[in-house]
Amino acid sequence: MKFAKSNKMPGRSPETEARVEALLAGDETGEPMLGKGPIVLMTRVRLARNLSRFSFAGWAKEAQRSAILAECLQAVQALPQMKKHSTFAMEELSDLEKQLLVERHLISRELSATKAGSGVVISRDQTCAIMVNEEDHLRMQVIRPGFQLKRVWNAMNTIDTALEESLDYAFSSELGYLTACPTNLGTGLRASAMMHLPALVITGQMEKIVRAVNQLGLVVRGLHGEGTDASGSIFQISNQTTLGESEETIIKRLHKVLATIIEQEVNAREKLLDSEATKLFDKIGRAYGLVQNAFLVNSAEALNLLSLLRLGLDLGVFPEEGRSRVDRLFIRSQPAHVQHACKGECDASQRDILRADILRAEFAKFPRPHYPREGNN
Amino acid sequence: MANSLKCDLCGKPATVHLTQIVENKVHKVDLCEECAQAKGVTDPSGFSLADLLVKTSLNPEETVEGGLRCENCGFTQQEFKKVGRFGCPQCYAAFRPMLAPMLGNMHKGSTHIGKVPQRALARRSVYERLTKLEMELDLAIKTERYEDAARYRDEIRQIKQNAGEKS
Repeated sequence: MKFAKSNKMPGRSPETEARVEALLAGDETGEPMLGKGPIVLMTRVRLARNLSRFSFAGWAKEAQRSAILAECLQAVQALPQMKKHSTFAMEELSDLEKQLLVERHLISRELSATKAGSGVVISRDQTCAIMVNEEDHLRMQVIRPGFQLKRVWNAMNTIDTALEESLDYAFSSELGYLTACPTNLGTGLRASAMMHLPALVITGQMEKIVRAVNQLGLVVRGLHGEGTDASGSIFQISNQTTLGESEETIIKRLHKVLATIIEQEVNAREKLLDSEATKLFDKIGRAYGLVQNAFLVNSAEALNLLSLLRLGLDLGVFPEEGRSRVDRLFIRSQPAHVQHACKGECDASQRDILRADILRAEFAKFPRPHYPREGNN
Repeated sequence: MANSLKCDLCGKPATVHLTQIVENKVHKVDLCEECAQAKGVTDPSGFSLADLLVKTSLNPEETVEGGLRCENCGFTQQEFKKVGRFGCPQCYAAFRPMLAPMLGNMHKGSTHIGKVPQRALARRSVYERLTKLEMELDLAIKTERYEDAARYRDEIRQIKQNAGEKS
C-alpha cells in the first residue's frame, strides 16, 4: 500500500503542510507517547457528545454537517486548553497526513475516512484532540503518558463542562448523553490504557487475562492477537459499557483491574528472571543486535524488537535515558511515519528498507546491554 | 504466521482474534487484517465486539423485526439494522420499543447514572419558560386581560435580564 501524497487537493490551504510538519515536530516538546516508566504506555479517556438540534454525523446532510462543524469548532477553539492548537479539516489532508495522525492516536481511522464537513482540533502538546463529525458530533480525547486514569478523566471532564456552556448537548435524563451508536449511550465514556505486557505473553498467560478481563465487562483489543507475541505485546484495555454506571465508577473499576494486571506483569517478569533469565536476556540481546544491524524490518517485527528493548529498559538492561528513543520509535516505525521520513512515495517493501535504516541510525550509539543477573541459570 | 484460523468475513487467514463474553456467552471472532481494519477493530477510539456482531450478523440472537421510523429525521429500523447507529437524538424515543430489550444486554443498566449537563439543562428550562410566557402574553392581549399581560411582560423582561447577566 502506498499513501498518496498530494498537494493538489481542493480545500487544501497552502500552509496545511507547514501546520502538519509543526505538529509532527512537536515531538521533542510534548508528545504524549513519550514513556514514563514500565508497563502502561499511555492512558486515554474519550467522551462522545452530540448537539441536540442536528441529526447524527453519519445521517446528517452535507449542509447540516458544515453547520455542526462550524458550531463545534467555534466552541472548541475557544477552550483555554486549546489556546494553542492546530485545526485540520479532513478534506485538506492527504492520505499520508491522515495516516500520520492515525498512527499518533490523534484521529481515528473512521474520521480519516469521512468526507466533507469533518475535522479535528489538536492542542499544542497533543494531549487533547477533539474530532468533529466522526461517528458523533464530538469525539473528544485526553491522552497522557503513563498510568494516570483519574487525572486524565478530570482533565476530560473539565473540558466537557466548559463546552457545555456554549453547546446544547443531546441529553435525556433517562438515557444520558445520546450517541449515534447505542453502545456509547449514557456517559459516552471510554477510558483505556495501552499496556506493554511482554512477560504475560512470554509466559502464555495472556489468554487467561483476556478471559478474566472480559468477564469484568472490560475489553482487550489491539492488532495483537490474543496470547501471541505477534506485535509488540501491546494491549489496549478499556471499559465496554457506558450506561447504568457513573463515570467515577467506570474509572474506578478500570483502575482496579489495570492495577491488578500491572501486578501480574511484574510477577511474571520476576518469575522469568528467576527461572529463565538466560532465555529472556537472549531475546533482549538478539533484539539489540537486530536493530543495530538489520537491513529489512517490517512494522510487526519493529514493534516486537522495540517491545523487547523496552522490556530491557524496564529490567535495567539499558539505562533509563534510552527510553524516550525507544518509545518514540514505536510511533516512528509505523508505515506512514516511515514514508513521511523518506519524503517521497514508497511501497511496503521499500518502507522495510527505510525502517531498518532508521533503526540502525537511531541505535548506532545506543548503550550496550548490561545484564543484571547474568548467568543465573 | 502459522495460523490455521480463517477470517469469519472473507475466509482469508485470520490474524486478529477477539474473544468477548457477553451475558455468559463466549463470542469468538477471527478476522484477517483487512477486515479488521475495515470493521474498525484496529481503531483505538471505539470498537466494540457487540457492535461488530450486530453488523456482521454473527450474533446468534435474532433482532426484533418491525417497521419503526423516526418522524424527526426519517431514519428507519431497517437502516439501523444495516449500520447499527441511529439518525438523530430523537430516534431514541422513536425506536424505544426495539431499543429497550437491547440495552440490558449491552450495558450494566438501562438508566443513566452519572454526569448531567447542568448548564445546558438550565438554559433549556429558561428557554421553555420564556416560550410559555410569551404564548400566555399573546393570549392575554388577545382576550384583553391587560393586567395579566403586564405581569407576563415584566416576568419575561426579568428572565431575559437574568440570562443576559449570566452570559
